[in-house]
Amino acid sequence: MIEYVPILVLMCFAILIASIIVGASYLLGPRISNKTKLSTYECGMQTIGPTRMKINIRYYIIAMLFLIFDIEIMFLYPWAVVMGGLKLFGFVEMLIFVIILFIGYIYVWRKGALEWE
Amino acid sequence: MEQIVSMIGWKTAKTIAGLVGVLIFVVFNALILTWAERKVAGHMQRRIGPKEVGPYGLIQPIADALKLLGKEILTPRAVDRPLYFLAPILIFVPVLVSFIVIPFDASLQVKDINVGILVILAFSSLSVLSILMAGWGSNNKYALIGAIRSVAQNIAYEIPLLLALLPVIMMTNSFSLKAIVEAQKGLWFVFYQPLAFCIYFIASVAETNRTPFDLPEAESELVAGYHTEYSGMRFALFFLAEYTNIFIVSAIAVTFFLGGYQGPFLPGIIWFLLKSYLLVFVIMWLRWTFPRVRFDQLLNISWKALIPLAFINLLLTGGLLKL
Repeated sequence: MIEYVPILVLMCFAILIASIIVGASYLLGPRISNKTKLSTYECGMQTIGPTRMKINIRYYIIAMLFLIFDIEIMFLYPWAVVMGGLKLFGFVEMLIFVIILFIGYIYVWRKGALEWE
Repeated sequence: MEQIVSMIGWKTAKTIAGLVGVLIFVVFNALILTWAERKVAGHMQRRIGPKEVGPYGLIQPIADALKLLGKEILTPRAVDRPLYFLAPILIFVPVLVSFIVIPFDASLQVKDINVGILVILAFSSLSVLSILMAGWGSNNKYALIGAIRSVAQNIAYEIPLLLALLPVIMMTNSFSLKAIVEAQKGLWFVFYQPLAFCIYFIASVAETNRTPFDLPEAESELVAGYHTEYSGMRFALFFLAEYTNIFIVSAIAVTFFLGGYQGPFLPGIIWFLLKSYLLVFVIMWLRWTFPRVRFDQLLNISWKALIPLAFINLLLTGGLLKL
């Protein structure tokens, strides 16, 4: 555990320094504001309609596919790091795992989940 | 000084010195890169670039930083305040933490953690969160669209990026960046794994949102993408994170494929910085060479080309290692 302490220290440091930078800028910069200046930027026009509009469904599909592939890579990483100690059997097992995933990948492709129309 | 060292122990003192060094390096690196970006852009378009402030315009980035410090920090009325305030601060965390495990030289590394590359990958995927916070919190259409594009792009390119690093880990049986560099004493891994290097490089350009994959901040359609509503030093923090990220992806490429700090005659740190900044230069060069791709093309490059190629490369490497 002790070797991860620098990471924690640096995380706190990063937050601290970023806050100091923003804080210093608060103190140093001018503070003259008016109503128009504080309105949402939209190329000089008044904003039309709500900002959080509907988002294309494709983005959700991308996110779901990412989850599947990312979890699979999570299994691949520990396998790769002990690769030297494994026999051929260990490799064949992972080959079968990847082939099963690949069938799913081809299915997704054929179903048109990767197409943007 | 010696009293403090003896009080907290030699190792702790070294780590603290490393942490301070990292902070100095991050600021210095961002200053150099903002200058280099404009200089490279200038010369590629047969202009001179910055030249007024200091010799060859070298003081220009410091002048810019001071100017930004004196600018007013605007907080538009419509923003979601907690998210809007936190995003620029949180984006600073992953870029700083990644430096802990990067080996600049055989003995110049803050901490050689045995899961080094996992630390970098885990933290770099956190930056997606702060981008989404910035885009959602700004309550601005440009920012929201930019953030969503950025997240979709980052997660689509994370898969080929992770897969391209795997063959190297299989060859070295280690997650420690130092062990990976040491394993390249003979021949650099780029000669064993040219395809993996290409995939990694393309994916890392996309991960840093650089042209030709700069759709999240496509200035002709989205103004500035997810940091449209940020001004002054908050904007500068996003900028700082972006330029530090460019260096980090180059440094990982150098560590994994180009022999890290290994090289003849010159000391290791010089080799490391030379190779890293060469890759940074290539990334800047790409910006002035290629037009921006369309968004469906962007995702298709990843899903239909890079991912299958990376899988085939991975299995081929595994097969060759075992047979």
